[in-house]
Amino acid sequence: MSLRRNSLFRPVKVLDQSLLTENRKFLQEISRRKLLRGGLTLGGLGFLTGCDVSDHSAVRRMLELASSFNDSVQAAIFNPNKLAPTYSIDQVVKPPRFNAYYEVERVKPVNLTDWKLELAGLVQDKQPWTLDRIHALPEQEEIIKHICVEGWDYIGQWSGPNLKQFLQLIGADLSAKYVAFHGNDDYMESIDMATALHPQTILATKYAGEPLADPFGAPLRLRTAVKLGFKNPKWIRAIEVSNTYQPGFWEKQGFNWFSGI
Amino acid sequence: MKSANFENERLNMSAESVGPPKKRKMHPIPLRIMHWINAVTMIIMIMSGWKIYDDEVIFGFLHFPDAITLGKWAQHGLQWHFFGMWVLVLNGIAYLAYGFATGRFKRMLLPIRPHEVIKEAIAALTFRLKHTDLTKYNAVQKVLYVGVITIIVLQVATGLAIWKPIQFSGLVGLFGGFQGARLAHFLGMSAICLFFLIHVTLALLVPRTILAMLTGGPKESAEPEASSEARLSKPAQ
Repeated sequence: MSLRRNSLFRPVKVLDQSLLTENRKFLQEISRRKLLRGGLTLGGLGFLTGCDVSDHSAVRRMLELASSFNDSVQAAIFNPNKLAPTYSIDQVVKPPRFNAYYEVERVKPVNLTDWKLELAGLVQDKQPWTLDRIHALPEQEEIIKHICVEGWDYIGQWSGPNLKQFLQLIGADLSAKYVAFHGNDDYMESIDMATALHPQTILATKYAGEPLADPFGAPLRLRTAVKLGFKNPKWIRAIEVSNTYQPGFWEKQGFNWFSGI
Repeated sequence: MKSANFENERLNMSAESVGPPKKRKMHPIPLRIMHWINAVTMIIMIMSGWKIYDDEVIFGFLHFPDAITLGKWAQHGLQWHFFGMWVLVLNGIAYLAYGFATGRFKRMLLPIRPHEVIKEAIAALTFRLKHTDLTKYNAVQKVLYVGVITIIVLQVATGLAIWKPIQFSGLVGLFGGFQGARLAHFLGMSAICLFFLIHVTLALLVPRTILAMLTGGPKESAEPEASSEARLSKPAQ
């Protein structure tokens, strides 16, 4: 492991070296054994380095338990009436930032001619929806921040039908716990019903006033202002309302399920 | 004015120890437990935080090597961070409650007099600072401890802002937006690392202090001794 010379943690100017020579006698008095003994304590803490600790199944279980506890804490913190800040149109980043579990070159565009939105689970009217029908629904526009779990963010302008209104339209059981979105690329993410019913949760069909481009989820994707980016599946082919918890693509990799912001 | 303060301090001290003077160890056992829980948790938070940082660096030149980060991938770093935060916050609340309720903060961390801080910082850097009585913190220690406690509280605030930027959007605003809160969280971490470096170095130089944090250390004297200035070579006024 080589320390960078410009490390932030390395002061530009260390102790004045003349002090060391002036106080040589004192420094020699500091017993080397004492420093070694102290160093052992630091070494003991050093066992935490690397990934080994988290590989033990007991530790992994403890961390997973903490993560599901955090799900319930986040659900309690979540205020269904609290609106996310919105931004002005000139702050919109064009095009949006691409992100998926694969590179943009590997995006398989959805064939729009035979595309239909499937409905499943606790829904009264399971008849699939054509794109024309979806486009005929009232459109809601949201200029909101997309925040990725990695730490980056950008402002995007999304529009499409409001999810709550859509769920009401199809006779979904709004007291169910989860709404899951199945993507065309075998990507699945489920969200809590409270988030699905949030006023700033929409089924986006457009970005910056234009139909969604292929890399960003055409023809239909989820955009909710109150979840991290990965909870917004693209290329949706089916919506499922249920009371059964289904871990999504990233939760299976260890990310937190609720991931509300 | 100074002597008036000093008299107040004496009065406060004697008011606290009514009846026969109780002699207790300078670090009572609850304090020692909380200190070491905090030490381990802070290391977990810092190392898992570095893992999370690496996923989207703030400074292009700074990337933490895997060997010093906690968790195999970013999600494992996040798992550690979101586990550690509970230990840190609950332990921190217990520590603050203990510090205020027992009067320990007032007794050991106050008052902080700027002229003493300057004088004793110079003394420390020239290895002239004496540690005759461990139970009395010098001005440099007081500043460092109050400083790091404040920074950890701020770190919890910036952490909350990053975790829940919509639910606590007001908090995010205080730090100049989401990226501002991330930067503030990073700077808080840097300050804690700097404290850690100084704290551990100084403790290693005076190993009795480490022993005191393990076994409780010497008994606190019932009578307040003269102000910390007495431990310095007589200052030339």
